[in-house]
Amino acid sequence: MEIIGTALNRVDARDKVTGMAKYTGDLVGPHALIAKVLHSTFANGLVTSFDLSEAWKVPGVVDIVTCFDVPDIQFPTAGHPWSTDKKHQDIADRKLLNTRVRFYGDDIAAVVAENEIAATEAVRKIKVSYEEYQPLLTIEAAMQAGAGAIHDERPGNVVVRSSYEIGSFEDAIKEPGLIRIEGDYETPIVQHCHIEKALSFAYMEAGKIVIVSATQIPHIIRRICSQALGIGFGDLRIIKPYIGGGFGNRQDALTEPLNAFLTMRVGGRPVKLEYTREETFCCTRVRHAMKFHIVSYVRADGTFAARSIVAYSNQGAYASHAHALVANAVNGFRMMYPQGAIKSEAYTVYTNLPTAGAMRAYGIPQIGFALESHVDDIARATGLDTIDLRTRNMMKLGYVDPPTSITCHSTGLAECIQKGEAYLKYRQKREAYAAQTGLVRKGVGMAIFCYKTGVYPISLETSACRMVLNQDGSLQLQMGATEIGQGADTVFAMMAAETLGMTMDKIHVMSRQDTDTTPYDTGAYASRQTYVSGMAVKKTAESLKSKILDFAAFMLNKEAWDLDIKDNQIVRKNMGTPLISVAEVAVESCYSLTNSTHIAAEESHHCSDNTYAFGVCFAEIEVDIPMCQIKVLDIINVHDSGRLINRQTAEGQVHGGMSMGLGYGLYEYLKFDPKTGRMLNDNLLDYKLMTAMDTPELNAAFVETDDPTGPYGNKALGEPPVIPVAPALRNALLNATGVAVNSIPLNPEKLFFAFERAGILS
Amino acid sequence: MYDFKTLYEASSVEDALRLRKDHPKALVLAGGSDILIKLRGEEISGCELISIYALDELRGVCLEEDGSLLIRPLTSFSDITMHPLIKQCVPVLGEAVDQIGGPQIRNIGTIGGNICNGVTSADSASTLKAYDAVLELASFEGIRILPYAEFNLGPGKVDLRPGELLTGIRIPRESWEHTYGEYIKYAMRRAMDIATLGCSVNVRLTADKQRIDRLRIAFGVAAPTPVRGRTAEAAAIGHALDAALLDIVGEGSLADVMPRTSWRASKEFRLHLVQELARRATIAAIGKAGGTIND
Repeated sequence: MEIIGTALNRVDARDKVTGMAKYTGDLVGPHALIAKVLHSTFANGLVTSFDLSEAWKVPGVVDIVTCFDVPDIQFPTAGHPWSTDKKHQDIADRKLLNTRVRFYGDDIAAVVAENEIAATEAVRKIKVSYEEYQPLLTIEAAMQAGAGAIHDERPGNVVVRSSYEIGSFEDAIKEPGLIRIEGDYETPIVQHCHIEKALSFAYMEAGKIVIVSATQIPHIIRRICSQALGIGFGDLRIIKPYIGGGFGNRQDALTEPLNAFLTMRVGGRPVKLEYTREETFCCTRVRHAMKFHIVSYVRADGTFAARSIVAYSNQGAYASHAHALVANAVNGFRMMYPQGAIKSEAYTVYTNLPTAGAMRAYGIPQIGFALESHVDDIARATGLDTIDLRTRNMMKLGYVDPPTSITCHSTGLAECIQKGEAYLKYRQKREAYAAQTGLVRKGVGMAIFCYKTGVYPISLETSACRMVLNQDGSLQLQMGATEIGQGADTVFAMMAAETLGMTMDKIHVMSRQDTDTTPYDTGAYASRQTYVSGMAVKKTAESLKSKILDFAAFMLNKEAWDLDIKDNQIVRKNMGTPLISVAEVAVESCYSLTNSTHIAAEESHHCSDNTYAFGVCFAEIEVDIPMCQIKVLDIINVHDSGRLINRQTAEGQVHGGMSMGLGYGLYEYLKFDPKTGRMLNDNLLDYKLMTAMDTPELNAAFVETDDPTGPYGNKALGEPPVIPVAPALRNALLNATGVAVNSIPLNPEKLFFAFERAGILS
Repeated sequence: MYDFKTLYEASSVEDALRLRKDHPKALVLAGGSDILIKLRGEEISGCELISIYALDELRGVCLEEDGSLLIRPLTSFSDITMHPLIKQCVPVLGEAVDQIGGPQIRNIGTIGGNICNGVTSADSASTLKAYDAVLELASFEGIRILPYAEFNLGPGKVDLRPGELLTGIRIPRESWEHTYGEYIKYAMRRAMDIATLGCSVNVRLTADKQRIDRLRIAFGVAAPTPVRGRTAEAAAIGHALDAALLDIVGEGSLADVMPRTSWRASKEFRLHLVQELARRATIAAIGKAGGTIND
């Protein structure tokens, strides 16, 4: 392969760094109305009435809608492919505005005004009367007997309970000589913090509602809006320009359904609904907080005889992606170490907190922290080597996961571990750091992961692509799959160029999706696009190529099977001698007086396979015990994501994921008032996202395998880099201090209390 | 869009004083890095503003005839950090304000705004307290000279009377001469953060550099307003540079602070930091003064 695997600049780099690239906010016209949402100031209760009289007096107010004015339709918001099987459909549990309030910040009314100040002032002047119930802010409170139902459809507040058992756990633990290790692990609520806040603008045109939105999933948004408003798919048109990050938050319907309703209310005038940063924190989606109880039975040689897990996932107020997250987590618990009997029980629980949805790696960072912390706890209890313990038990080539049949088609995990170990000199340092006594100590830690590529067979995997040849031999590449900053457009262009035998400058990616004209694809999530949508690119490129060669054969009076394309030239297949350029074929095909044909190709690909990506993080830290601070001295992620499409953007993905993992491990968590459920740190000052000054040098390395199922040998890479960082840091802290902290983030105040309990503070 | 009713732009200090008198409810706008954030909330939306930002006469740093260092209130944090007189007389002040926010905030934010906001976390406040700064407050009634020690009345409340404007911050010669300071900002990250605790220590050593001649210490976020640690200061006078001194300063500091538990951090953690930062800042200040801690 000539283009695949090289390090090329992004196709959108020039537009993005010069400010030419258009984002949603850039496309709003000068006369758009501004909408603002009134959010509840209580977490659990019922709106009984509004007094709008003062709000209506504010000059510039065009419309005010309340939860009593919206259609009586409950709709789902999760950005999953729709299932025509009722049993697998997403939970429809919210309305456009809600009378039954379920978290502090719930949408209860909205104002449309001529400008932002009028809209904001009118929202402040709406008076709300309500009945308030006791807020249920923890999983324990929500599951307690007698706790009121947050949703009438789910008395007891458990959204879903699921379980599985591989082999017999009870039989397996009877084996003599097993060592039992038990632990509880907990992960916090965090937020995506994409730079561009949640926003959309909506207007009506040609009898349709048009919504321009910062979303990862335009085709799915069209379906959700159609369900929310009770109108046809074809009555809606979703346009997705460049977006400033998503990380899963935009794999959900956010502002779009309400905004569609608002433009209808004002006769189709354009309405912009842009959340503030505070609203983006509180009123979009967050990562599920999870709690895990893990019990392992281990043989003296380190092999796992039996393991069990009980998992609780804090869903917050509305179902969104619901149980899919914790189900993914407990599946990951099984897949990573498939040895022995495995038993799982998982609960997703409604609480009166902001709604949890998709976020980079979808439940796996949570289980990754719990499981990889637990494996180090096993090593500590048994005296076994942390690397031997993992390699002995981890997934091997050829593994077929019993419930899902997902097969390990390729793995470079063992090599990833070797590479990372050699880089950090992990074993040597781990031993050296084991018995320190000073106030400043060093430690090393590691963690591994596996991650699926896409959602098959849990959900549908499908993608379509279109290519249209221009008269100069260049082409438009049109994807339903979305560019969300991860570099999708660039790798699709590289794939097209590779398969067509053309150079990158001939591929014009039409980045913007418009559901009226763009081929279907479910969108950017699950690290699926390079794999699934890549298959559609390959298929379409092959189809286009054969059409070009057919026409060239006609022009040259040769057989198409004897022709190929190389560097934009039609060549004899085996000899490589240029015969005519693609441009000449393109011109002739367009203007031929006898055989004109507009060469284009469109193919859709239904994907029915999946494959595992793997990787490892190794980290070295320094702990200043009296200052309760961790400094990362060195950190490396080594990934097996199959063959890399673009080495440069692959590294970029790893750096971004590691940064997110460092934040998850050391800094970030959302805080709530324990009485009211109000989010306390809903801004980028109080929510401690790392700054450049907090970020250590990030090292990304790869072990390339050639996956037989990937369109170009490739596997998942977008989400995985975030997964192993937090547990590697936690295990490094354990190595440095002997203190096992089983919850993240490992922030100074938590370390203060942990060190105080351990008696090492002074 | 920012929600304010009127913006008055002062053309001179006298004009600013007149505007202050005529519009007693209007807020003084200097760099705006606090006010523009507050304008997004309900509390001050729709307010009137008096901008003094154009008044260059209120900018700059100079050494007066008696050796007092005069800092004009509109001087930006980055200008303070870079100013040769600051580097010469109170480098610790330049280091302290260099830890505020990020580069953009330090370019727009002013030291006068920082102390007039009256918040306990102001990064310039503990160092100015520890250097016994004196404020010059102007009004049509005349100039009022007030020790900065008496300026903070409570959280967000300062002794700035109606019609008054802060026009100068002075550090007397006796206060900065032969004196070396260290500020430690303890925050959850290394930039763009407010202090969980701030500690500023400065020392003047005896001529033989064996003992403390004078030690002054002040804390931010250890009480509702920035506070001096007078107990520790008194105990440190004349003390040898040894481990016992650090214990005296660390433990003595606890007597004058009263941090509270907030959702940002607990009292227990802050009390731990008071001692730890007091020790570390003292060690560093002594080091800058050319002394060493003897074990």
